[in-house]
Amino acid sequence: MKPCAYHQPVQIPDAAKLLTSIEDSKLLAGGMTLIPTLKQRLANPPALVDLSRLGSLKGISGDGATITIGAMTPHAVVAASKLVQAKIPGLAALASMIGDPAVRSRGTIGGSVANNDPAADYPAGVLGLGATIITSMREIAADEFFLGLFETALEAGEIITAIRFPVPLRAGYAKFKAPASRYALVGVFVAKFADGVRVAVTGAGPGVFRVPPMEAALSLNFDPSAIAAIKIDTDGLTSDIHAEADYRAHLVTVMAKRAGDAALV
Amino acid sequence: MGNVIGIGAAPKRKEDQRFLTGRGNYVSDIKRPGMTAGVFVRSPHGHAILRGIDKAAALASPGVIAVLTGDDVKADGLGSLPCGWGISDAKGVPMKEPPFPMLAQGKVRFVGDMVAFVVAETPEQANAGAELLNIDYEVLPSVIGVLEAVRPNAPQLFDDVPDNICCDWELGDKAAVESAFRRAAHVARLSLVNNRLIGNPMEPRAAIAEYEPGTDRFTLWTTSQFPHVVRFLMGALVLNIPQHKLRVVAPDVGGGFGVKQFHYGEEAVITWAAKRVKRPVKWVASRSEGYVSDRHGRDHVTEAELALDENGRFLAFRVNTLANMGGYLSTFGPNIPTNLYGPLLGGVYTTPAIYCNVKVVFTNTVPVDAYRGAGRPEATFVLERIVDVAAAEMGIDRVEIRRRNMIPKEAYPYQTPVLVQYDSGDPMGCLDGALEAADVKGFGVRKAASAGKGKFRGLGYSTYVEACGLAPSRFAGRLGARGGLYESATVRVHPTGQVTVMIGTHNHGQGHETTFAQIVSDKLGVAFENVDIVFGDTDRVQFGMGTYGSRSLVVGGAALSKATDKVIAKGKKIASHLLEAAEADIQFESGKFSVAGTDRMKTFEEIAGAAYVPHDYPLEVLEPGLEEQAYYDPVNFTYPGGCHIAEVEVDPETGTVTLVNYTAVDDVGTVINPMIVEGQLHGGIVQGVGQALFENAVYDEGSGQLLSGSLMDYCVPRADHMPMMKVATHATLCTHTPMGVKGCGEVGTIGSPAAVINAVVDALSHLGVTHVDMPATPNRIWRLLQNASLPVAAE
Ligand SMILES: Cc1cc2nc3c(=O)[nH]c(=O)nc-3n(C[C@H](O)[C@H](O)[C@H](O)COP(=O)(O)OP(=O)(O)OC[C@H]3O[C@@H](n4cnc5c(N)ncnc54)[C@H](O)[C@@H]3O)c2cc1C
Repeated sequence: MKPCAYHQPVQIPDAAKLLTSIEDSKLLAGGMTLIPTLKQRLANPPALVDLSRLGSLKGISGDGATITIGAMTPHAVVAASKLVQAKIPGLAALASMIGDPAVRSRGTIGGSVANNDPAADYPAGVLGLGATIITSMREIAADEFFLGLFETALEAGEIITAIRFPVPLRAGYAKFKAPASRYALVGVFVAKFADGVRVAVTGAGPGVFRVPPMEAALSLNFDPSAIAAIKIDTDGLTSDIHAEADYRAHLVTVMAKRAGDAALV
Repeated sequence: MGNVIGIGAAPKRKEDQRFLTGRGNYVSDIKRPGMTAGVFVRSPHGHAILRGIDKAAALASPGVIAVLTGDDVKADGLGSLPCGWGISDAKGVPMKEPPFPMLAQGKVRFVGDMVAFVVAETPEQANAGAELLNIDYEVLPSVIGVLEAVRPNAPQLFDDVPDNICCDWELGDKAAVESAFRRAAHVARLSLVNNRLIGNPMEPRAAIAEYEPGTDRFTLWTTSQFPHVVRFLMGALVLNIPQHKLRVVAPDVGGGFGVKQFHYGEEAVITWAAKRVKRPVKWVASRSEGYVSDRHGRDHVTEAELALDENGRFLAFRVNTLANMGGYLSTFGPNIPTNLYGPLLGGVYTTPAIYCNVKVVFTNTVPVDAYRGAGRPEATFVLERIVDVAAAEMGIDRVEIRRRNMIPKEAYPYQTPVLVQYDSGDPMGCLDGALEAADVKGFGVRKAASAGKGKFRGLGYSTYVEACGLAPSRFAGRLGARGGLYESATVRVHPTGQVTVMIGTHNHGQGHETTFAQIVSDKLGVAFENVDIVFGDTDRVQFGMGTYGSRSLVVGGAALSKATDKVIAKGKKIASHLLEAAEADIQFESGKFSVAGTDRMKTFEEIAGAAYVPHDYPLEVLEPGLEEQAYYDPVNFTYPGGCHIAEVEVDPETGTVTLVNYTAVDDVGTVINPMIVEGQLHGGIVQGVGQALFENAVYDEGSGQLLSGSLMDYCVPRADHMPMMKVATHATLCTHTPMGVKGCGEVGTIGSPAAVINAVVDALSHLGVTHVDMPATPNRIWRLLQNASLPVAAE
């Protein structure tokens, strides 16, 4: 890794100021994605702005209708949270399926969502639940946030501070792990609300996406076997050495059904 | 005083004290005064002409001390990396052996080929300098697959190697095989791919070199499985350093699996650079660097045919293989798919006629060489797969067809038609033991239970034999080995009776410090804790060929046993004098020299003391001291084997294969430490399962990029992929090794891939599936099910 400056602000405005004043500087959360990038010399920021001292970014709270998770909350904490387990067990389950214990105790929800890896798990939960991304500047709806391969609506100097999830009637996540990386080869999050069902898919394409025909079918009748017949178009899906596009398309259907089954448990 | 812990006991491993407490001493732990850091600049192209390298910017970069390239190698008149085996074709024409320069000259031939070496004060500065190197490449199309490489008009790696064929090798009686095929009642045919693998030892490769002008001596610390061989190959053939001026140290090494049993260009470049920059130079590979430079394994494309009579007896076996060598010949490269493959095609069967043709082919990939099992897993896979294919086609039970063709225990020693003669074995005994242990009788019930959950269950067998304990030098020499394959050991008894053993094998995870100490403890009757094993340093150990080919116990242990016998013999002479008895009357047992039929005796410690304090000592007939050395060259290979039974469950919805049961009954001869043997079997099986289900090194044809270039894309097996394994041994004793040992390092990797794939095919056979290539990934299985004759729902 190339040498760079290191800052550890304790206030969000200070962090934002550092980020905007030092060109190309980078926020450091759990470092599970960023540090390997730096070690491989693929990125060369002049400064790192570490978010770990910003206490207000940690923790989980709920008000009955929503659960808000601070951006710096590690995956392991979400997975083990009694509140999340009680209100949105599918989300706790999703967090428990990320990486390995070391990654789960360092990696954060904010880092994962900001990074928007096409095979990451959280984007499926965030989009599937129709969550709201709260930043240092504004609030962004999940449907407007994820813009494709590693791209989000975040602007330069914008810091995710928390994610607010509406509590669904039921929700489930099913993940088919990529054999080597154990990221999602295909992961599907299904959430049922009073006003309808949302189905979000990660891993299958260049970015997380929803599946309207499945949402329509499940909204009509939340019977997962109903989606077994809904096929996904292979256009735009990823083909790589682990899975061809038509196999990924097939897995979307299988995993959506399993996510629905998980939601019913 | 501690206890004797002898052969057959299972003490905890001596070496684990330092490993488990973080006190190992690996190359990357070593720091030398004034040490500099080196970084290799590697080709990003699979195939390109090297037009020129502009060093100026790199040399001007802060901290950079030197930039070395192929031109500097040429200017210094250094040699090319040697190949340890020279094979020939059927007409006796030697293989094509193009030079393998330690830094590329004129052309690069694989992604990762070394182009330059940058030395700087720190690794960061070396990396920064390396990024400033201006290299002018003229990119050429790459050729990756062996089938593509031998096509007319394929890109050609070397001007003087037409069709990229290094050697067109053959073995066996072609005419006899052809005539048997004409008589056959049935011929089974199978085309298969043996997937390319990356070794993945836990510790990446690393090296440090130092030059001492005062003595004109070099020291190289390197992650090697065979430091003496590195000293010889590098000193004598590459860098022209006299052997007495070169010390090679392989300290603690974190796993090898074959990856570290070659002489690598990195070692030569670093040693050469240390003298040029007049300071120690250190290089530590990253995992990604290892992926494009550690020698890869396997990578065959094969057509096999088995001729059978109407009763399912094997009449003849014919195998045609294209074997990938990568961009250059590595140390053992051409030996692996030929001499370690063809002679194993007899397996445990009485097949009277066998013919094998192997075309050894250059491609724009990392050089391919030995990886745990080396040639023998490939042979076993072809044979054990086609036996299943034949059984299915002829409607004979898979166990029954094996029994009908198996070499009976009484028929040993058994001469195969492909050079090797098995000294001992009992394949039927291993099979029976495994059938029982795997509860094959209960399989039907388990299969029905799986079907109830919508899963397909399958059972697969592999009854195999391998040849290890490499190797009888006379035999190897005839096959093209350019060196000997013996081993040496020195047993040094200290005046106080403790023992230090200097041995030429190298321990990098196998537990030698424990196993060898048990042998000495057993034979000399000294306490286990009073025996230390020294290895891995050419200044401390007399000589050695190192560790690979399941040879350490078989060949090294035999040398140790011989040296220990010499110590006993000398001790008897001393005792005969001290006890005033005829030498023939001296007995040695349980650490005591005694006069037969009397109670007069001397302890081992007393004899050791007398040897070093020769006040009352037979100086006229014996030298003082108690230290003996032996070299041992085996008279034959050893032939461990056994029966592996895998049980898998396939999820037809996703194509996922889950290994649910695994049973192995192996004949590894005498077992010195059952815990260590079990560990070797476990590890070997897991690696074989990795090949069968997960691992695949994939290149992009054309660009030559390694697509599976990291652990994110190359799937090594993990603990949660494995069920609890049932392993047991069923020993017949080797007739020609001193302790009856056969070796156990590779059996797991050799027996298991076929067992697993046979189980997968069995699980899918009701759908008309007759073969599955490795690795049996979910995508591949799903694709097969898509193409299968029956709809999945029909089950
Ligand atoms: C071995 C391994 C396995 C993994 N497996 C999985 C898996 O199965 N599923 C999965 O989903 N992920 C997986 N990951 C990724 C893991 O979840 C990471 O933690 C996550 O992608 C990034 O989170 P982080 O906190 O480590 O962020 P960092 O690495 O610190 O940062 C990532 C990026 O986000 C930016 N960033 C961080 N925080 C914020 C913020 N609050 N506001 C704005 N930008 C911010 C950073 O500047 C950086 O660009 C794995 C990682 C590893 C190393």
